[in-house]
Amino acid sequence: MAQHTRKGAQFQAVTANRLADGVVVYLTPENGWSESLQHAEVAEGKEAGEALLARGQQFFEPGNLVLDVYLFEVEKTDNGIRASSVRETIRQAGPTVRRDLGKQAELAGVHE
Amino acid sequence: MQLIKNGKFVADEWKHVADDEALPEGAVIVSLQRWQKEQNLLLSRGTPVGVQLKSGEEPSLIAEHLDRLALVALEFPVYRNGRAFSYARLLRERYDYKGEVRAVGAVLRDQFYFLVRCGFDALEVRDEITPEIFAESIGTFTHPYQTSTDGTEPVMSLRQRLAAQARKAG
Amino acid sequence: MYRYDEFDHRLVTERVEQFRGQVARRLSGELSEDEFKPLRLMNGVYLQLHAYMLRIAVPYGTLSSRQLHKLADIARKYDKGYGHFTTRQNLQLNWPALKDIPALLDELASVEMHCIQTSGNCIRNVTSDHYAGAASDEVEDPRIISEIIRQWSTFHPEFSFLPRKFKIAVCATKNDRAAIKVHDIGIQILKNAAGEIGYEVWVGGGLGRTPIIGKKIGDFIRREDLLAYLEATLRVYNMQGRRDNAYKARIKILVHEIGTEEMKRLVEEEFAAVKARGALQLPDAEVERIKTYFAAPAFETLPDATPELDAAIAREPAFADWVKANVTAHRVPGYAIVNVSLKPIGKPPGDATSDQMDAVADIAEKYAFSEIRVAHEQNLCLAHVRKKDLYAVWQALSAADLATANVGLITDQIACPGLDYCNLANARSISVAERISERFADLKLQHEIGRLHINTSGCINACGHHHVGHIGILGVDKKGVEYYQVTLGGAADETATVGDIVGPAFTEAEIVDAVDTIVKTYLDIRKDGEIFLDTYRRVGVQPFKEKLYAAH
Repeated sequence: MAQHTRKGAQFQAVTANRLADGVVVYLTPENGWSESLQHAEVAEGKEAGEALLARGQQFFEPGNLVLDVYLFEVEKTDNGIRASSVRETIRQAGPTVRRDLGKQAELAGVHE
Repeated sequence: MQLIKNGKFVADEWKHVADDEALPEGAVIVSLQRWQKEQNLLLSRGTPVGVQLKSGEEPSLIAEHLDRLALVALEFPVYRNGRAFSYARLLRERYDYKGEVRAVGAVLRDQFYFLVRCGFDALEVRDEITPEIFAESIGTFTHPYQTSTDGTEPVMSLRQRLAAQARKAG
Repeated sequence: MYRYDEFDHRLVTERVEQFRGQVARRLSGELSEDEFKPLRLMNGVYLQLHAYMLRIAVPYGTLSSRQLHKLADIARKYDKGYGHFTTRQNLQLNWPALKDIPALLDELASVEMHCIQTSGNCIRNVTSDHYAGAASDEVEDPRIISEIIRQWSTFHPEFSFLPRKFKIAVCATKNDRAAIKVHDIGIQILKNAAGEIGYEVWVGGGLGRTPIIGKKIGDFIRREDLLAYLEATLRVYNMQGRRDNAYKARIKILVHEIGTEEMKRLVEEEFAAVKARGALQLPDAEVERIKTYFAAPAFETLPDATPELDAAIAREPAFADWVKANVTAHRVPGYAIVNVSLKPIGKPPGDATSDQMDAVADIAEKYAFSEIRVAHEQNLCLAHVRKKDLYAVWQALSAADLATANVGLITDQIACPGLDYCNLANARSISVAERISERFADLKLQHEIGRLHINTSGCINACGHHHVGHIGILGVDKKGVEYYQVTLGGAADETATVGDIVGPAFTEAEIVDAVDTIVKTYLDIRKDGEIFLDTYRRVGVQPFKEKLYAAH
């Protein structure tokens, strides 16, 4: 299972891929899975992060809705929630070499 | 755990016996190490003896004893470890072994077809496996490309037969 | 090309039925992901960064126009209107939904295509020379034995759960365009003094974490014995290959650990036993039957001199450029081999839109006997084009943005999907390739530089074949930042060589300048007639190292 969060990361969110179509989704406070990172629940601190992950994993087994559930580091900025790593930014928005594909059509300036 | 032998669900007449366990009456399956240590004792009981080979224990190790073994069990420690497919074929095709070749351990139902083709005539399977599931798995592919142990005619020779028939008819 | 008969058809449709059942059981939860994963992998379904990825098999890189049209349709219907041609001659779609895949497979089956064994620890696509049937010094069409091997390896009951994946490549010419020496098994087709066909067998080549050039274990395996020999080799590997560590489980590690001599001995022992049983002897009748599918198309008798071609070359410089780089000699007078570049400047290497696939399929139908080849360099190829049709072909390709005149030149790069798509990647590779191609876009400069292969991989798995690039670039992750390590002097052909690491990695901002420095150094020190690889082999890594790290 992928772990793309730094030890000691302050803010984290939970992501996964939807089983039926593989689309990247984020765990929301209402225990839903949104395609938008802006709807993700952000956990602060290690314990909150672990609790969030445990909640998310219910949707893998036995939930059978998503795959590859894991925590990743985020930042809270003036422009909303941003992924900290290049990898998660690409997952959030889409391939950097095809700006016309993926969700980046809706997200302005995500890849700087 | 259930036992499928020659395509049918049957009661298991064999007992797996651990290395440090006392030998019960009847047909027993022991490890290679136990066989090597207690061969004479096991054979002197007059009941069938089987040896279980782990991944890494090749059939050549018991080749000279095969006429005294009624069963060879081949272990799949994880479904991914396919060594036993080769072991089974060697038993059948190299050593001409006619006793029971049993698959033991972690096998997926989607491997049943391959197991049978490689010469396994007995499979220890999970309780969820039903006769319908087994039949479906075995019957997935009508005509295999390769020759193998199960004697099914491979596509190459089927084509030749058809071509020969066509020539005769034409 | 090979046409399915009733047996092949039934096998593929039965497989689709099987997978349909497996997908349904997965979606309902009856199958866990852990149980489903090996099954979906054996059907070419990966989970990547953004979505699933589906790898469609293109056996030995040969497609008909009908098949390519269908791939275009499928990419439109189930994906985002494009696909990526890979370094193993397959096609990848990056956005299919799992629930749609059974229907997608049905459509593939309708044109005799599938995704069988394009992933998983089994025998993968048998790859070969994209000039098969057209190259003048070919011993015989390598696709004949490739097709036979394909059938033998499909759903092989003994070899579907190998220690790791297994890749086979076949070559029939002295110039190796199939990279056989960096495959698990590489096969060189030969003819002996008596004119009989036989095979040289190389084993244990591979890239990835531990790049190794293959070792020869079979000098001349007779045609009728090849399947028995392959079965013996696979059996030794299946039994003795390591199962304890996925990074040490390829056959190259086994050969390295026990030594070539011991490997040869084990294989020959097994081979003798398999041969003795006789079951795998390849009947002549079967070879002849498969041969008929690869018979030469109905070539016209033409003079090689083609005045209208010469006139067009003289008249139009852009056409002349294209002929110079993308067109190569054919064994039949009056014909030529056309390489279709999928490396437009500043765009992802190896991608083609559905419209472009349709365009190539149409052009092939009209001018190339309806046959298209996929090159492992991620380009396409029309193997049999009349010289007098070259101008029309060029015009049609230009209209579809497929006539970049750069085949074999520095902007004809290989790149893996990298961090833009792939779950395993540490760094982006496509964007680096794009910027390099923009830096060297000038065609005059490209011709001045000459043949230079740049291969970029986004991680150590080396799907971009960076180890065997003349210049190899490997993306690495240093504390969350993308860095690029450079190797020099690799080669994938019959002179197969693993490149040398040149020094510390470069940042994303530095890498294109680094490549520029390497090229400039080469241009400064080369002797007449030397391509980059020749110069490197003459002078070694030192001159390049000095120039690259002078300022550091």
